[in-house]
Amino acid sequence: MENLMFEQLQEELYFEKMSNGLHVYILPKKGFNKTYATFTTKYGSVDNTFVPLGKEEFVKVPDGIAHFLEHKLFEKEDGDVFQQFSRQGASANAFTSFTRTAYLFSSTSSVEKNLETLIDFVQDPYFTEKTVEKEKGIIGQEITMYDDNPDWRLYFGLIQNLYKNHPVKIDIAGTIESISHITKDWLYECYHTFYHPSNMLLFIVGPVDPKAIMDLVRENQAKKEYSDQPEIKRKFEEEPESAAVKKQVLKMNVQTSKTLLGIKALHVDQSGTELLKNELTMNVFLDLLFGKSSVNYEKLYGEGLIDETFSYDYTQEQGFGFAMVGGDTREPDKLAETLQEMLMTAKSGSAFTEEQLERAIKKKIGSFLRAVNSPEYIANQFTRYAFNDMKLFDVVPTLEQITLNDIANLAKEVISEDRFSVCQVIPNK
Amino acid sequence: MESMAEKVIEMQGYKLHLIETDKYKTNTIVWKMKAPLSKGDVTKRALLPHVLQSSSNKYPTMASLRSYLDELYGATLYVDLAKKGEYQVISFSIEVANEKFLSDQTPLLKKAFELMSEILTNPHINNNAFDRETVEKEKRTLKQRIQSVFDDKMRYSNMRLVEEMCKGENYALEVNGVLEDVDPITPENLYDYFLKAFSEDEMDLYVVGDVKEAEVQEFASELLHFESRSVKNIEIANVDNNREVKNIKETQDVKQGKLNIGYRTHIVYGDSDYNALQVFNGIFGGFSHSKLFINVREKASLAYYAASRLESHKGLMMVMSGIDLKNFDQAVRIINEQMEAMKNGDFTDNELEQTKAVIQNQMLETIDTARGMVEVLYHNVVSGHDIKFDNWLNGMQKATKEEIIEVAKKIDLDTIYFLTGTEAVK
Repeated sequence: MENLMFEQLQEELYFEKMSNGLHVYILPKKGFNKTYATFTTKYGSVDNTFVPLGKEEFVKVPDGIAHFLEHKLFEKEDGDVFQQFSRQGASANAFTSFTRTAYLFSSTSSVEKNLETLIDFVQDPYFTEKTVEKEKGIIGQEITMYDDNPDWRLYFGLIQNLYKNHPVKIDIAGTIESISHITKDWLYECYHTFYHPSNMLLFIVGPVDPKAIMDLVRENQAKKEYSDQPEIKRKFEEEPESAAVKKQVLKMNVQTSKTLLGIKALHVDQSGTELLKNELTMNVFLDLLFGKSSVNYEKLYGEGLIDETFSYDYTQEQGFGFAMVGGDTREPDKLAETLQEMLMTAKSGSAFTEEQLERAIKKKIGSFLRAVNSPEYIANQFTRYAFNDMKLFDVVPTLEQITLNDIANLAKEVISEDRFSVCQVIPNK
Repeated sequence: MESMAEKVIEMQGYKLHLIETDKYKTNTIVWKMKAPLSKGDVTKRALLPHVLQSSSNKYPTMASLRSYLDELYGATLYVDLAKKGEYQVISFSIEVANEKFLSDQTPLLKKAFELMSEILTNPHINNNAFDRETVEKEKRTLKQRIQSVFDDKMRYSNMRLVEEMCKGENYALEVNGVLEDVDPITPENLYDYFLKAFSEDEMDLYVVGDVKEAEVQEFASELLHFESRSVKNIEIANVDNNREVKNIKETQDVKQGKLNIGYRTHIVYGDSDYNALQVFNGIFGGFSHSKLFINVREKASLAYYAASRLESHKGLMMVMSGIDLKNFDQAVRIINEQMEAMKNGDFTDNELEQTKAVIQNQMLETIDTARGMVEVLYHNVVSGHDIKFDNWLNGMQKATKEEIIEVAKKIDLDTIYFLTGTEAVK
């Protein structure tokens, strides 16, 4: 077991790579009641074309299968794992994103037992035709719930505008039609390919003794047979740099219109320190441009083009990335135009001062400190960072290195009209 | 178990609640103001905190105020409105980094106190009226905020249930106010309301973090002082217990139906059987091992979510589920069966113990966040009780099967609301 000290933050992180390849991290947090653990596989909705374990040929699996698998892993021959967690005073959950599937629990007692339950249920699949069929009704309702949610439709509508081929454009839960093709055999094939320990990361944060916890995980893993797995082969089609569709308008049962402007990212092959620097620079840039203290925000709010739902965000993962900005608006077209103008202005000139940059960086440092109060944030973000070869605790030093020059270069490069796209939700009557 | 040591100090016009802990990297200051819900004031009260937090005398524009927050290492300032029983509670929160984790040693806690004082007591005004432009902007946003409920069907159907169920009671008022009452608000009458609220509301200040009592007390007495007042408490409204169950169906263009069912529990926080009610709710529908989840979702595959929750200061319980339009009758039948099972004591010791363990876990997790601590402690202010957190936990653990059955028998079904789609068969 290795450990790393972060003096300024007064945190200590413990790490061990198990002999089967599983990465385990422990961050003790004194004074907290709760222990929070996530067990995550680097497998999400975008991994839909791959060579299954032990086979030669690429296969394409039904949309929504990673998420379906996440649901089904909770069910065992002797019942539901939720029941076992709650008997042990824990609350359990899971989520599927574009690139990850995470299983988690939090508990304030019986932590070791709960941790074993977590590891064991994820490492012991039990799928039958009958339980797979039953789940289709439940997930069907999850899908229709999102169909009625205008913000979700707006978000996915914009991704579908930006991407022509990449599976990031596919809704994470799939459609009622696509999940109808899911069978137990498909689930096992995905499971065996992506749930090998070497493709997974376990993170535990809370008032724990790191040595005892690491021993427990080591012993647990030693009892299970895993043969070494070759590297997983995933396939993604070529994706053009420009946005696939410039505009899409969705008519829905709403009273307030919504506009979201997207920018398709460049350099989506980045990882490690390069990716970290790039995404932090992008975040600082968006703060400078659209943050509540910015001239643009004051103008947009003052003119009544935006309200408090206005937000912006940047996402970048292996193979795809996008910035999004927008929210509810009384004038969906005018907001779209104004946002594009603001971006084009930022591209052309050195829009910001040293003082503004310093303030924006201070703000990010403060929000990082706030975030590390949260065990959920630490575990989930750390895992995402690790899967992209980045280090969570490099955030502050990397922020401190960002210069006005970095911002100007990024703006010049990434802002380009052919990578813009707009999605709107408009009342249907 | 890490509990909370709350120290309460009487200040000028308010109470200071201090929770010293070194587990966070930030310090949190929350200012709460409580007044009875009333049709006449609810909308002004919904607007007021948004006007106060958008500018002040010293920081007259949003950009200048927000720049200052960024300067304080991204201190967050936000306001929140909540309905606690028949009270409307306004909260102002500032969370600021603890400088011991920074290389820069600016005294951030003091600056945060100064800012809170600036926001609350030194607003941007001219001639006994708020800044006209700010009020206009915030009125526009408030209207959008009120309307936005319509676009979130889960919130909308819950709001409609409460509206129907509590017709004629102040509890039916929405926390963000009434759309038609926004326009008549002026910079002048809002300023009058501001003076009234700060002279009549019950006010509490919470400070959570690695702070020193003497220092906090000094900042508070220097920067925040108001006239003393007597607190206005309200009688809990009488409800007609013998009314027939209300059935409401509403049609909109939606794919998924939203089923919301309201019950009267006749039990509020602080009552002797509140603990048993809390456990009742956990067995019935609070968690993923509960009867609703198991029977509506896992066994019948009717829904993705099916849960119940308590309105602790009003004596209500709400069930919510998203179902296919055609499954309304079946879902209602299954939910009714679960309620009958509870009344008949048809739940095992295992379910009882499991539920207590999960509630205990949930409560302990809540006090791991500064915000959660404040909310837990504020129950005592709203209810006028002084229940220590540890006693609450112990009380919950002691609830017996017999007490839970007694609670179940008290619970009355009040209203069944269904938001259904245009494609529904009936």
